[in-house]
Amino acid sequence: MKVLICAGPPTSGKTTVLKQVVKKFKDEGKRLAYIKIDVQFTEEDEVFRKQFDIPTKKVYSGELCPDHCNVMIMGDAIHWAMENNTDILFVETAGLCLRCSPYVESALGMVVLEATSGMNLPKKIGPLLGLADVAIITKIDLVSQAEREVFRANVLKASKVDIIETDALHGINIGRIVKRINDANDISDSLLLKGNPPVGVCTICVGKKEIGWQKHFGVVRPLEGDVFYRGE
Amino acid sequence: MDINYLEIIGGYGRHGAEEPVRKVSLKMGDIVSIVGPTGSGKTELINDVERFADDNTPSRRRLLIDGKSVPEESVGDPSKNPIALITQHTNFLSDLPVQEFLEIHASIRQAGHTESVIERTLDFANQLTGESIILDSAMTELSGGQTRALLIADAVVIGNSPIILLDEIENAGIHRTKALELLKNYRKIFFFVTHDPRIALLSDFRIVMKGGAMQKIISRNEKEKKIAEGIKKMDDVLSDFRAKIRAGDSLEEDEFERRMKELSYN
Repeated sequence: MKVLICAGPPTSGKTTVLKQVVKKFKDEGKRLAYIKIDVQFTEEDEVFRKQFDIPTKKVYSGELCPDHCNVMIMGDAIHWAMENNTDILFVETAGLCLRCSPYVESALGMVVLEATSGMNLPKKIGPLLGLADVAIITKIDLVSQAEREVFRANVLKASKVDIIETDALHGINIGRIVKRINDANDISDSLLLKGNPPVGVCTICVGKKEIGWQKHFGVVRPLEGDVFYRGE
Repeated sequence: MDINYLEIIGGYGRHGAEEPVRKVSLKMGDIVSIVGPTGSGKTELINDVERFADDNTPSRRRLLIDGKSVPEESVGDPSKNPIALITQHTNFLSDLPVQEFLEIHASIRQAGHTESVIERTLDFANQLTGESIILDSAMTELSGGQTRALLIADAVVIGNSPIILLDEIENAGIHRTKALELLKNYRKIFFFVTHDPRIALLSDFRIVMKGGAMQKIISRNEKEKKIAEGIKKMDDVLSDFRAKIRAGDSLEEDEFERRMKELSYN
């Protein structure tokens, strides 16, 4: 079984790209499963189930950080997909915090970026791009060819990934994405995150609302100076 | 990339019927325009050319360069892309300063001597605009005309592309006549999507679009060449009056009459 983990900032076009890709694989007769991780609302699982008649699931991360949640549930999700005799499992992440990356070794990591975003975006999103295997640049129909080329160069400057540019709404270059997924390896038994998550579990994530490092525990930092550990 | 000729192999129109024009052949130096009402598929046709369509776009057209479809490697790598498309965009979304943007683009398209390339690009663009483009300003601050002028200059000078596609160059608030004059100095294959008779009659032939399909090809004959001269004069008169209004001048009746008379005596 192959596992595709799709990440990217909100509204970058992850769902649109995945819909086109799933449609192509479906036409090829592949057995697919889809799981969507989001914070508090998503209906993509319903959409994929109705439109493509494939097993789907949704996970609300709620109080957990979505990428932490992703780590917690991924093992079960792969097990679930295997039980369904899946050829390819699609995992669409919430794509909110840009410090973590949800990619797992031996799964294909795909980041979706829009050509219309700032030219410096590739520098800002760290491991989300740096640890991806392939970067999909969407909405290329909305910018000039020159801007497309410069954005592409900035992505490559930040990370040596494969790049596929697409206008997913009109199905442009979807064939190349499908080919890239077909070329990916099967998932291995030992599942490891590609990147290190941020240090510690933060007290803000678990619901402490007070402002100021003095109110928090674990790894904290003042305005001036380095991070340090505070606690037992 | 050296190119001798380019062919478009006809596909299907919007309702699935075969396009009446089965093949268009162009050699280096040819100028072709694409005409037809709004929604007839003009932009789609040049998009097919820009994407090296190979039976993989909705129209199922194919593009052949020197008789062959284009290998995927050159589709991915911008420095090998022989085609530049200037779309109808009249604003940039890129938040970089003009200088930095052009530097990056020049370094992708042609290594070395970036400085002189940027100078030539800016000089080309500024001949087409009312107000000069300043290198320090952000791309997003440029006006519609400045944006379009810079896109054309960038495609011709930095892109150095042998095939250039221009979508409705007339609607951009640039010096259209000057643009045509400058472009004619370059030996390339030009596609003009246009509603403008002057531009349409400048081309060697024109592709007529209807219902998403290439309907027919009209070659410019001797009669049309003569008419083109007349249209050019009419257009110049109109351009001069437009320039006066733009410059904040008032129009004088005797000058108007004189110009109209000149037209009818010619």
